Amino acid sequence: MLQTFFPLFLQLLMAGGLALTLLLGAKYLGPKRPNLIKRQVYESGMDPVGSAHQRYSVKFYLVAMIFIVFDVEVVFLYPWAVTFKDFIAAGSGLGVLAVILPFIAILAIGLLYDIKKGGLDFDS
Amino acid sequence: MTTSLPLIALIGFGLINFFLISASLLVYAERKVSAFIHNREGPNRVGPLGLLQPFADVLKLIFKEDITPKVANPFIHSLAPWLMVVIAMTTTALIPLAEGVVIADVQVGALVLLALTSITVYGVTLAGWSSNSKYSLLGGLRSSAQMISYELSMGLALGSVILMTGSLHIPTIVEDQMLVWNVFRNPIGAILFIVTAFAETNRAPFDLPEAEQELVGGYHTEYSGMKFGMFFLAEYVNLFIASFVIVTFFFGGYLLPFQSFFAGGFPGWLLVALQMGALVLKSAVFAFIFIWVRWTLPRFKYSQLMNLGWKYLLPISLANIVIIALIMAVAGLF
Repeated sequence: MLQTFFPLFLQLLMAGGLALTLLLGAKYLGPKRPNLIKRQVYESGMDPVGSAHQRYSVKFYLVAMIFIVFDVEVVFLYPWAVTFKDFIAAGSGLGVLAVILPFIAILAIGLLYDIKKGGLDFDS
Repeated sequence: MTTSLPLIALIGFGLINFFLISASLLVYAERKVSAFIHNREGPNRVGPLGLLQPFADVLKLIFKEDITPKVANPFIHSLAPWLMVVIAMTTTALIPLAEGVVIADVQVGALVLLALTSITVYGVTLAGWSSNSKYSLLGGLRSSAQMISYELSMGLALGSVILMTGSLHIPTIVEDQMLVWNVFRNPIGAILFIVTAFAETNRAPFDLPEAEQELVGGYHTEYSGMKFGMFFLAEYVNLFIASFVIVTFFFGGYLLPFQSFFAGGFPGWLLVALQMGALVLKSAVFAFIFIWVRWTLPRFKYSQLMNLGWKYLLPISLANIVIIALIMAVAGLF
């Protein structure tokens, strides 16, 4: 089972080697004449004001949380999706559907609630 | 599959080279198509019809100075482009090129594909953060929000295909389309998948992470020389892979049109060659559509982008999967 993944690791290794070659090329092939002005970060021609690494209110935390909820839902749906055809062949398709539909419905209602609450409004 | 390891390594090596060259050609195609749409000439100086322009550009990029900002984190600053190229090139291993020709014949291929493509978001976000520049940071943040928002719809659109096929094995999904392509059985899923593929590859109209009018260069503002070239390479390889994936899941992959009626008499090598040609041709059509859309549609506003992802695509993809399951269970179709 695991050996089917071996070619994937091989490809990963080759891709890693290629990217490393490119990085080393970038490091050693070009000219090296750094100065302070050149090494400033770009800020529309001004001297940079402060650092970009400061506390920064990212209003994405709600999006991130909903993402995790729905990503887990997708993960739960995949095993069902893979086996659903076999269940239909075995004649229990509707029964399995009756189990999975409430699961999807609960999450869909959650999404609807979030939209109505304005949790996903990005205009304000 | 019982093929020998050196052969697989050879195919993998060839595939990486194929994607390197096709990325250069795509850059050329992008510039020529945009020129055509803008009613101008485009590159026409280096080589016949300007065909050698992208290779000249690569040489130029390699011999440019590599500048790392003083305030940047040098290790992560180099890690981000490395990650982008590695992920883009590794994904190529999962695409079946012809009947029985696939580098990584993994049983859960579709899942691995989703997992690999979602690592791209780390490359972009790390690039934005490590540069320690405000433009880069904003680009990286936007990108992380955008990519996770559209990943859900992409996963669900793919889920509807898996539902119809009953397998995560990519060659099985392709063979399942022998009679009817998935795009005809599952048109909503196909549209959803194509739209989310645009968002996942950060292509216009979803190119907010590098919106040049607002964010200069977005997450790669502070990159120069070949490191910038690596982001560029990864972007075009990702574009072409997205085309391959769209074709594989919805447009019959490597299958020739009406193959089951006439292909029986073909010798094996001819069939493999024809199928590879068909796959590349179909993918080239989608690569052209990617470019066409970029030079035709304006960019979304950030709020429009998030609204489209969360309020439209996600409910539609959920409904799509439910409808397909209902049709399968009640009518016994697919």
